[in-house]
Amino acid sequence: MSEVLDSYPLLLRGAWTTVQITVYGAVFALVLALAFGLAGTARGRLLRAVNRIYVEFFRGVAALVLMYWFFYALPLLGLRFTPIAAAVLAIGLNYGAYGAEVVRGSVEAVPRAQWEAACALNFTAAQRMRRVLLPQATALMLPPFGNLLIELMKATAGVSLVSIADLTFRAKQIQASTGQTAATFAVILVMYFVIAQALQVLVRIAERRTARMLGRGLPPRRSPAAAPAGEAVLP
Amino acid sequence: MPPTDLTSPAEPVPGKAAPGKAAGALPGGGGAASARTPCGITFEQVVKRFGDNVVLDHLDFAVGAGERVTLIGPSGSGKTTILRLLMTLERPDGGVIRVGDDPLWHMERGGKLVKAGEKHLHEMRKRIGMVFQQFNLFPNMNVLRNLTEGPVHVLGLSRDEAVERARGLLELVGLADKEDAHPTRLSGGQQQRVAIARALAMEPTVLLLDEVTSALDPELVVGVQDLLRDIARSTDVTMLCVTHEMGFARDISDRVLMFDQGRIIEEGPPGTIFEEPREERTRAFLRAVLAS
Repeated sequence: MSEVLDSYPLLLRGAWTTVQITVYGAVFALVLALAFGLAGTARGRLLRAVNRIYVEFFRGVAALVLMYWFFYALPLLGLRFTPIAAAVLAIGLNYGAYGAEVVRGSVEAVPRAQWEAACALNFTAAQRMRRVLLPQATALMLPPFGNLLIELMKATAGVSLVSIADLTFRAKQIQASTGQTAATFAVILVMYFVIAQALQVLVRIAERRTARMLGRGLPPRRSPAAAPAGEAVLP
Repeated sequence: MPPTDLTSPAEPVPGKAAPGKAAGALPGGGGAASARTPCGITFEQVVKRFGDNVVLDHLDFAVGAGERVTLIGPSGSGKTTILRLLMTLERPDGGVIRVGDDPLWHMERGGKLVKAGEKHLHEMRKRIGMVFQQFNLFPNMNVLRNLTEGPVHVLGLSRDEAVERARGLLELVGLADKEDAHPTRLSGGQQQRVAIARALAMEPTVLLLDEVTSALDPELVVGVQDLLRDIARSTDVTMLCVTHEMGFARDISDRVLMFDQGRIIEEGPPGTIFEEPREERTRAFLRAVLAS
């Protein structure tokens, strides 16, 4: 075990690479998720078709296979990527597809009454989305986004297969040089777990902030707004 | 027998909350609606269907500029649909709706009416405001932002002008101390008063009120009704109101339209409709409402 722990600079460098790919991949996936998810809520058939094609295709292919494509196959067609770029593209495209479904579902889950109120104030379609629907949908998106972020981080372990020196790659190096298989993989198990917990904490903070913005988590004060519609209330 | 207890209003007499407040004018320089001339409304042979269900059946009616008209009738008779068509939340299946002189859902092109695009609807919506049964305040904004968001981003007011207008309106609705509050922290009555202020902040010439007190606890109804009476007195905004509260309808309306199955079966000044209704259907409806 001590031999494994002695290689900590190597492990830390690997962990840093894992974190970097996670962050780049997550940012890319988020951009794709918003773009294609919002396309899925559009009235126009064309935009909705673009959403369907993107989601169905990239949700259906394995991130690792996609990575092999960017790393090994596309260069044969003259398209070259650095290993990191290939990894980020593959992971972003794959998780962006899951995220797009989360975005679409969350926006559609905002009560229609909010859309109507925004319409009554003569907001344009873009203003309705940006100022009313999206802020409220964000609260619904964050918990599933937290799940996806951790999934994405774990999927980065696959980048070791395109020779990126991430945490898993370093572990395999250490395991080969020390022969300490169980100890090495036990250590990185814990390291992945710690990274996942750190990401979870960040998501929780974001969740709390959105909840506060929406007035949730304040001391409850029930307003009598729940009377059935159309009921006559005569004093 | 016509319902006799309507001759004396069922609610406490207005004025309890009124004195000193909104004495003749809304804030923002001489009345929220005075910057524009009020618009009338015309429905010409309007049809609206939901599936096989014909909600409005070749409906014709007109509301004069500045007139206060209340729509009454049983649930499902098409009253709310009329407001929703006017707010462009629902699309008519036939006929023409005019707000002012201009068709709402159509554009005139070469002497013919063609379906209007979003740009035309955006222009027309400027004239119309709506208050909803369930308030529909934006929970992602505090009270002040609920009131300033439209004026800033739609009307193009500066932030300061919008805040000044919003504060004046909050004063009018008696919630000047709640501008930083979150909508969920307000009572239903307070939320509805904010929603009324939010609609007025856009300076509509037509105000649509869709069962605005139906979702409120009985003790909160009076405050909202008093406020609307104030607004009716102090502005020249055209009001179209759907309500089941006959005392309020009586106070606020110039004219009452009784709906049944997508048609107007009787109309007249509130005194006539409530005291000497001509139609048996109207009498039955009024009896039912008063009994509930």
